[in-house]
Amino acid sequence: MQLADQLRQARSKKEILLMTHLVLGYPSFAVNREVIRQMVANGVDVIELQIPFSEPMADGPMIIKANQEAIANGTKVADCLAFAAEMAAQYDIPFLFMTYYNILFKYGVEDFLRKAKEIGIRGFIIPDLPPEEGGEYLRLAKPLDLAPIQIFAPTSTEERMRTLAKHGAGFIYCVARRGVTGSKTEFDASFDAYLARCRKATDLPLAVGFGISNRADVQILTGKADLAVIGTATIRLVEEKGPEAVGSFIAGLR
Amino acid sequence: MNKLGYFGQWGGAYIPEVLYETFRELREVYAKAKADPAFWQEYLTLMGSYSCRPTPLTHADNLSRHFGGAQIFIKREDLNHTGAHKANNVMGQGLLVKRMGKTRVIAETGAGQHGVACATMAAKFGFACTIYMGEEDVHRQRPNVFWMEKLGATVVPVTTGSRTLKDAINEAFRDWVSNMDTTHYVMGTVCGPHPFPEMVAWFQSIIGQEARKQILAAHGKLPARVYACVGGGSNAMGIFQGFLGDPEVDLIGVEAGGKGIDTGQHAARLASQDASPGVAQGYKTMFLQDSDGQMRDTHSVAAGLDYIGVSPLLTDLWEKGRVRFAAATDQEVMAALDLTIKKEGIIPALESSHAFVQAFKEAGELNGGQAIIINQSGRGDKDIFTIAHAFNDPSWKDFIRKKGEEYATR
Repeated sequence: MQLADQLRQARSKKEILLMTHLVLGYPSFAVNREVIRQMVANGVDVIELQIPFSEPMADGPMIIKANQEAIANGTKVADCLAFAAEMAAQYDIPFLFMTYYNILFKYGVEDFLRKAKEIGIRGFIIPDLPPEEGGEYLRLAKPLDLAPIQIFAPTSTEERMRTLAKHGAGFIYCVARRGVTGSKTEFDASFDAYLARCRKATDLPLAVGFGISNRADVQILTGKADLAVIGTATIRLVEEKGPEAVGSFIAGLR
Repeated sequence: MNKLGYFGQWGGAYIPEVLYETFRELREVYAKAKADPAFWQEYLTLMGSYSCRPTPLTHADNLSRHFGGAQIFIKREDLNHTGAHKANNVMGQGLLVKRMGKTRVIAETGAGQHGVACATMAAKFGFACTIYMGEEDVHRQRPNVFWMEKLGATVVPVTTGSRTLKDAINEAFRDWVSNMDTTHYVMGTVCGPHPFPEMVAWFQSIIGQEARKQILAAHGKLPARVYACVGGGSNAMGIFQGFLGDPEVDLIGVEAGGKGIDTGQHAARLASQDASPGVAQGYKTMFLQDSDGQMRDTHSVAAGLDYIGVSPLLTDLWEKGRVRFAAATDQEVMAALDLTIKKEGIIPALESSHAFVQAFKEAGELNGGQAIIINQSGRGDKDIFTIAHAFNDPSWKDFIRKKGEEYATR
């Protein structure tokens, strides 16, 4: 089943889906393994696996640090692929790769996509690859039934959203606000108007991320978005309280 | 595929969606300015009255005699206001910021020259200004930090990554994605996403336009060779544009050889075998990176050349064989700097001294009827701490020690 349909089906049983995120190799693959086990056991619906990159331009301090330390610990792209294969084989939920374009470019876009398909990855979030630059990636992804997730921003015009949606599959990642990952988001009237514009531009499921960190945030999104994305919050939690704390945190989000 | 902003296979605009509209607006304002002759006239007037344009072309007769080959000419970008070619770019972008109605500028800086130039422009035009500078560069270029702060800018030391220029660029982008409504990012070099490489090259083309006229007036014909140091590549693109259409003029870009190409501690992208095609910081070029695509640490005595990537315009000209690349080691740079000071009474920046190294290596291959031009992109007195340290100058060290004691006892 295509990712979008699978998410729609899951959504018909839950008021809102949860997508979580982690940086591979940070603080270690062993901790990643435990975090994912707890996430899945507590009902997470989709997991974003970030392959670390030395220049994470769209990320905030917490995720920058995670990227940097993962690389300093010796995390290689090959290790990330092997780990992702293990997770995708073990758990029944969709796994996505999040990374920056150079990781794909250097590996070879076609080889990377084929490898991702082979190990059971369902799609990609590449924040520095607009469709204008992603010709090869977009052309190759869809026949392989891999979802090239497109990103909407509050600064995107309606026309731009429709262009992006045309290239997208799986769902649309709606960046909740300006800025980078990890700081607080205000859910005001202009946020509601933004989400309404997103809804109008596409019938793909909508995921909302950037600054979603607790139950109250998830509740605000319920009924407005299909997926709530928890990124920096779990990385911070693991850092402060260890991987054991992840399960109850996730269970308490909805 | 939309090939907007590509030079051969290099360049492009690999930008996050949140900046899409900001870049659309910037492309539009830039295109309008470029099509408007009054804009360039306003720019020339500003650079003639606020900076020191046209900057002179100095015949270095002592150096010419010393090497016994070509007539050596030096294009004096060090005589710009704020002491480097960086002024050309920031004043141009400042005029665009006024047209866009934005009130704040941000910039990255390596050596600090672009930061000082940008803070100066912001002071003159009344913009708020934040400068991102790698923590390592803050330590290397302390006098420039002092001036940026005095000019009213906030200097943010960047502690992520290798704490140098590339990390300052990442931080500037992170600021921009939050504040694009009020803020323009004044990229300091001919790198980054389209339209920056092309736009910065346009403002810097003033160097080449002047140099071409000046060498014809002084020497009666075109130079045989033109040398420029290459970090991001803005001074090189600036002067090379005056001669791109003249195939008889050899164009030579000189990169940072650091501790030697063989040591791996350098920033030679095109002059070494160590770089490979990649996409980072919003554009595609040759990057110093590992086989996974992670950027490597670079090294140079000159903070302004200590960078992983290089202008897509230069990578294209290199690939087409129009621009040749060489590298100068830290050690060679100190020797060329010393010689230039002694023979000509001119103090080139450490960055610029890289171009002098290669010119000095080649001057003897040419005859006295031929001319070469070295682009002196900046002045070296800003580097006094680094240069004095590299010369291991005993009286300077004594002075610093005494100053330290003086401050410690207060």
